[in-house]
Amino acid sequence: MKDRSITAVGTHMQSYYGRPVIKEPVWQPEIPFYFFVGGLAGASSVLHVGARLAGNERLARTSLFVGAAADLASPALLISDLGRPERFLNMFRVFKVTSPMSVGSWVLLLSGGASSTAAALELLGRMPRVKAAAEVVAGFFGPPLATYTGTLLADTAVPVWHEGRHELPWLFGASASASAGAAAALFTDVGSAGPARRLALAGAAGELGLMEAMKRRLGFVGEVYDQGVAGKLARASTLCTAAGSALLATGGRRSRAAAVAGGALVLAGGLALRWSVFRAGFQSARDPRYTVIPQRERKAARRGEPRPASGSS
Amino acid sequence: MSDFATLSDITGEPDGWPETYGEDAKPRMGFFTDTSICIGCKACEVACKEWNVVPEDGLVWTGDSYDNTSTLGANTWRHVAFVEQRKPLREDDRDDAIRWLMSSDVCKHCTHAACLDVCPTGALFRTEYGTVVVQEDVCNGCGYCVPACPFGVLDKRHLPRTEPSPDLLPIFGRKEDGRVWKCTLCYDRLKGGHEPACARACPTASIQFGEVDELRERADRRLEKLQAQGWNGAQLYGRDPDDGVGGFGAFFLLLDEPERYSLPPDPVVTTKFLPAMWRNTALAAAGVVAGGLLAFIGGRS
Amino acid sequence: MGSNMAENHPVGFQWVLEARERGAEVIHVDPRFTRTSAMATRWVQIRAGSDIAFLGGVINHILTNDLYFEEYVKHYTNAPVIIDERFQDTEDLDGLFSGWDPQKGEYDQTSWQYAGMEVHGAAGQRESGLKTKGEQSGHGGHGAGLRHGEPPEEDETLQHPHCVFQLLKKHYSRYTPEFVAETCGCSVEDFLRVADALARNSGRERTSAFCYAVGWTQHTVGVQYIRAAAVIQQLLGNMGRPGGGIVALRGHASIQGSTDIPTLYNILPGYLPMPHTEYYGDFDNFVQANISPTGWWGHFKSYWVSLMKAYFGTHATEENDWLFAQLPRIDDDNSAYWTTMQMLDGKVKGYILAGENPAVGNSNSKAHRLAFAKLDWLVVRDLVEVESAAFWYDSPEIESGELETEQIGTEVFFLPASAHTEKDGSFTNTQRLLQWHSQATEPKGDCRSDLWFYFHLGRMIKQKLAGSMERRDILIRALRWDYPTHGHVQEPDAEAILQEISGWDETSGEFLDGYPKLKDDGSTVCGCWIYCGVFKDGVNQAARKKPHWEQSYIAPEWAWAWPANRRVLYNRASADPDGKPWSERKKLVWWDAQERKWTGLDVPDFEETKPPDYVPPDGAKAEDAIAGDHPFIMQADGRSWLFVPQGLEDGPLPTHYEPHESPFDNPLYSQRSNPARQTFERPENAYAPVDGEPGAEVYPYVGTTYRLTEHHTAGGMTRTVPYLSELQPAMFVEVDPELAEREGLVHGGWATVYSPRAAIEARVLVTDRIKPLVVEGRKTHQIGLPYHWGTRGLTTGGSANDLIGLALDPNVHIMESKALSVGIRAGRRPRGEALPRFVAEMRKRAGQGT
Ligand SMILES: Nc1nc2c(c(=O)[nH]1)N[C@H]1C(S)=C(S)[C@@H](COP(=O)(O)OP(=O)(O)OC[C@H]3O[C@@H](n4cnc5c(=O)[nH]c(N)nc54)[C@H](O)[C@@H]3O)O[C@H]1N2
Ligand SMILES: Nc1nc2c(c(=O)[nH]1)N[C@H]1C(S)=C(S)[C@@H](COP(=O)(O)OP(=O)(O)OC[C@H]3O[C@@H](n4cnc5c(=O)[nH]c(N)nc54)[C@H](O)[C@@H]3O)O[C@H]1N2
Ligand code: SF4
Ligand code: SF4
Ligand code: SF4
Ligand code: SF4
Ligand code: SF4
Ligand SMILES: [Mo]
Repeated sequence: MKDRSITAVGTHMQSYYGRPVIKEPVWQPEIPFYFFVGGLAGASSVLHVGARLAGNERLARTSLFVGAAADLASPALLISDLGRPERFLNMFRVFKVTSPMSVGSWVLLLSGGASSTAAALELLGRMPRVKAAAEVVAGFFGPPLATYTGTLLADTAVPVWHEGRHELPWLFGASASASAGAAAALFTDVGSAGPARRLALAGAAGELGLMEAMKRRLGFVGEVYDQGVAGKLARASTLCTAAGSALLATGGRRSRAAAVAGGALVLAGGLALRWSVFRAGFQSARDPRYTVIPQRERKAARRGEPRPASGSS
Repeated sequence: MSDFATLSDITGEPDGWPETYGEDAKPRMGFFTDTSICIGCKACEVACKEWNVVPEDGLVWTGDSYDNTSTLGANTWRHVAFVEQRKPLREDDRDDAIRWLMSSDVCKHCTHAACLDVCPTGALFRTEYGTVVVQEDVCNGCGYCVPACPFGVLDKRHLPRTEPSPDLLPIFGRKEDGRVWKCTLCYDRLKGGHEPACARACPTASIQFGEVDELRERADRRLEKLQAQGWNGAQLYGRDPDDGVGGFGAFFLLLDEPERYSLPPDPVVTTKFLPAMWRNTALAAAGVVAGGLLAFIGGRS
Repeated sequence: MGSNMAENHPVGFQWVLEARERGAEVIHVDPRFTRTSAMATRWVQIRAGSDIAFLGGVINHILTNDLYFEEYVKHYTNAPVIIDERFQDTEDLDGLFSGWDPQKGEYDQTSWQYAGMEVHGAAGQRESGLKTKGEQSGHGGHGAGLRHGEPPEEDETLQHPHCVFQLLKKHYSRYTPEFVAETCGCSVEDFLRVADALARNSGRERTSAFCYAVGWTQHTVGVQYIRAAAVIQQLLGNMGRPGGGIVALRGHASIQGSTDIPTLYNILPGYLPMPHTEYYGDFDNFVQANISPTGWWGHFKSYWVSLMKAYFGTHATEENDWLFAQLPRIDDDNSAYWTTMQMLDGKVKGYILAGENPAVGNSNSKAHRLAFAKLDWLVVRDLVEVESAAFWYDSPEIESGELETEQIGTEVFFLPASAHTEKDGSFTNTQRLLQWHSQATEPKGDCRSDLWFYFHLGRMIKQKLAGSMERRDILIRALRWDYPTHGHVQEPDAEAILQEISGWDETSGEFLDGYPKLKDDGSTVCGCWIYCGVFKDGVNQAARKKPHWEQSYIAPEWAWAWPANRRVLYNRASADPDGKPWSERKKLVWWDAQERKWTGLDVPDFEETKPPDYVPPDGAKAEDAIAGDHPFIMQADGRSWLFVPQGLEDGPLPTHYEPHESPFDNPLYSQRSNPARQTFERPENAYAPVDGEPGAEVYPYVGTTYRLTEHHTAGGMTRTVPYLSELQPAMFVEVDPELAEREGLVHGGWATVYSPRAAIEARVLVTDRIKPLVVEGRKTHQIGLPYHWGTRGLTTGGSANDLIGLALDPNVHIMESKALSVGIRAGRRPRGEALPRFVAEMRKRAGQGT
């Protein structure tokens, strides 16, 4: 209250009573969950195709079912966020390349439709040719499903998201691969789960590295990843992912238990990562400094003025 | 015309306007809000709500000078900011003088509108007047436009739904309206040949409605005058067609830096970088494929 | 000054901004920095209640530096007139003028007269000395008459020691810039800037205007505030000229109309006096007392008789003195606050509130609520059930237990009224402009217009009394009450009533085109002589709406102004004594030598063919007694009055007096406040100790009350509207950072403000816009209190008026709600019966009885 006092406003505040300049996102918890399952689904369909080509039937089946399950969960989550099922249909009124959400919805429709068809036919053991076609379609639209969500966030005015536009799709992609690998490793006997484990490890490594790189480049805007809920989640994510991949790397080969535990941890890490990025956006939008200061500096730089003092409240 | 056509070059005319309207295209209409003659009467806020049947926004006393509506949102489409300063209004004033800035904010009807670009349903569209409007019967409440707007204009309406419509799946059905709302630049009034309600109500012509080109000239003349008279901090905001959003359809004359009024100092339409972002996304997707396949090097276990 | 025009007259204020844009200097003198100050080119902060010191300083500045408009002052004002040698000034009598009667507590005004004659003020002057004539001299419309036609004794050189000009000089000689700064708390520089700006911007080529409203009127010296401005405007030659004048920014949309056709107890339409018991039956005597042989009031009888014909038609005849004997009489002060006090004593049985909410809007609103509880019946006609209608179950007194619903015997009738959008009618605005408005929508449910209510009420009463032989019922039975009605609710035709107000000739049946046509033989009918002609040619002149860009800037074809559609009163003063405009730039009306008549942009406020060099013959009557170079035709002597020889209760010249409640002493005189002010010494209306008295420190701050754009007065029309309530959703107080520091007030938190009458709570708004002031060497803090809140509606809060005691201006009985003594402390107010205990506790500390 005190620094809200008119005197204070009249004299030192650079913002309007400390109010946010942009609006916080209005998305519900369904969204970060969707980012996670969507990513899982997308990467799983790749793993599935790979396994088919490699003739690793066990792995192929699990990743197919995992992917299909995740693909079925996704629209449910989105519909729940919209609040009313019929509203989801409006997503398909148009196709707009300027709207990552529009593009994403179509991608989800195709890859989801395909992978679930494939899974169904797999279970029924019918129409092999159709199934094969479906698998290819799913394999093709899976990867963008895993990465577009990063761009969806980047294509907003939220500083920590917009400025993270270079890393976000890669980060989500890597994390998605990690999750897909981990999930598959979780449900497949160690004997057939080698590729899954390797994918999980590679993904996890990418996830950890990219997150660090993004925070570095974001500089002061990125500090939200060390603060509040977003900070806690980020630390949790790093811990789980690191621990999980360590387990998979060491014990995952021999012990099913280690594989299960490691897989679960890597999955948890991936989920926490989505949540961390999600919450970071809210924190970044709420504090006008993140919006105002970089823009002021940009303006000053353009005018060739000296950097104005930042850190105002 | 490809959607990317102007994204790479975001100055000039709004995307797809006026050509998509052909015959029916009208001159681009907008506002010049001259805050140097705003008396803070809030008639604009009230007139907007009366005409557009916008619901009450809560009875919250903020203590932020005389501003108790605080910000633009789903239920406030015109918002008058009040800033009290220990600073003389003009250079020739006594230096211990104080001033009280008042400014009526509104949707900027950007030349390149992020909200419109990112809207997945096409609910947000560009009218024949070059303005940006939400179609309430199309908006599905996806909320994407809310964080996309560089000015925090749009917001979701969390009040109970008005028109009764059965839920297909009751388990999911939320009872709130859930759609986004914002200034329509009184699309309905414009169609009827009337000026917007807020401009009509403004007693001091602080809100000036008209053709954007003409308003820009008026604004330039006004700025010259005020600067000649030594008004502290007089500056145009959003008048410039080659700023980050290609200029505003509704722009302002301010008496201090934009952030003092809760406005971003250097807004940029987020989709400005979208082409690059898409390329990046595709590469990342390829990365996922690569990763997924490389994982099979080294056998089953 | 004394107006917050941007906030309270925002639509009119656009023209002030227009002027600013064209280079006009806009000065705002106010205790607070308001939305008006924000738009002004200069803001000067002064202590509430110190304006006469400021304006007196301007007068002294003008006189000592010879900045006055000499030709104007010499010819058009009473500056040269010599005053009775018995007159003594406040400078001689330490704050009193000659004629003060301590017993009666009022002035005998005879020693203020022009030497050698009795000047005769407004109509009704014989009643001087009786508290009944306030508004009779209060609201425009009329002037004074000389007993006999000779011009007064004058000294053209302005040197005579007892001429008005010299008296003026002497009276204000001590109002130096330093005195102003000391008393008002502004700086000498700021004061001089304003004084110079005014002088610089007056004369032949330029004019300045004062805009005031209730920041000036609501003081125990309210009328004298405006008088002080009048003196300045006369000295600078700013009256009767375009861009000049003293602009009263009036209140409710037709508050001007409600004094022209009054809702007041002591005048009849057109400021005709309500007869007093001392004229029982004696019509000629009454006319003689009120007619003034010179000036337009010379036709008093015609105005009166035409009004009686409007009231009683054929029943009013020469033979029965136009029913004069039957008219009700007044015998005492019957003004609103006085009546409330009678109510408290149980002397008033029934009360009708139509469009008023005293439980919030009137000062000492608590006393009003207590008074209502003593009535047998109360009728409230309002749009919504306002506090005044709900006091018996929803009020601070019910919460505190001072009133108990079960114990209240008052029977309350709430009658829903329809709003202006739901009926035809006219508003008379600040500029005396009658503007017609048409019904936009049908009233909902049982809502009915006031016209409907009074017409049908009258109709029914007439029916009931049709057979009555009682003497007191004669007038009711004689009333003309035959207005046409229409619609299923039988709404009376508003235009028919406007026609009656405008008047017609009984013999020819023609509508009258102006008050000069009125006759005293009963052949003309006119409901309000100053409105005569508003239905000229059978056309509703008030309904004309020709836009200003289609006519001259005077816009004579927009609506209709009284009198005679004249937009600038006394506009003959816009020309020099020879009838030529003072300057091309400022020409308005002038004498056309060829045509031998007055002409110009506005309707000349002068007899059309009376040449500038006209000299009245001996014994001339009425307007014929006014010379061709005397523009102020409503005054008996045709001059404007720098010095008011008669008609004011509290002195011929404005003098600085402290408010009734003030933490400061009068630096000029031991007579600290207006001696003639009206007070009510009673427990419900306790006053705070003033400077020097023990206990003053308990109420150490200057409180002042005002409005916000977002709400209207007592709030019935705005606190019930969501779109307005959300804009100002809580009662708050404005305090400066130092005071907040000192009293531990937290911005955004709560504070309790208390006076000897009550305590209320409010949110705290700490702001630089109400800086502390240094007055008489002492730092003082002012506390700003909006007065819109009450217990009902969407947003509720403490009523500032609970805090205010009743001390009134003696001329118009208006309360001093702009300056009072209060205390403040952090936190919310005590609840329940702890509230009155807290107030009593504070009074004990101030050494006042429990
Ligand atoms: N929005 C709105 N408009 C209104 C009304 C409303 O309630 N709301 N009410 C209408 C009515 S009924 C009326 S009468 C008018 C009143 O119009 P105003 O007179 O303008 O109303 P106030 O705000 O009561 O007082 C005006 C100013 O007087 C200042 N003041 C207080 N004491 C003093 C003093 O001693 N000297 C000087 N120089 N200034 C002083 C106050 O700080 C305030 O800024 O407004 C009319 N218009
Ligand atoms: N402390 C303090 N007190 C003040 C003042 C101040 O400055 N300070 N100002 C004083 C002044 S200037 C004024 S004018 C008073 C105002 O005080 P009030 O007149 O008591 O207050 P309002 O709220 O204007 O009351 C008008 C009522 O009329 C109702 N109404 C509106 N239209 C109609 C209609 O057509 N017919 C009927 N029957 N009712 C209608 C409205 O609903 C409203 O309740 O307050 C005075 N009190
Ligand atoms: S201001 Fe925001 S809401 Fe308005 S057009 Fe621009 S981006 Fe859209
Ligand atoms: S919330 Fe409505 S308007 Fe906004 S992007 Fe989604 S669909 Fe379009
Ligand atoms: S243009 Fe219309 S919708 Fe927009 S703010 Fe003004 S009144 Fe409201
Ligand atoms: S209506 Fe005009 S003057 Fe009043 S607040 Fe709005 S912009 Fe300002
Ligand atoms: S409320 Fe009516 S009278 Fe008052 S300022 Fe507005 S328009 Fe004028
Ligand atoms: Mo008023």
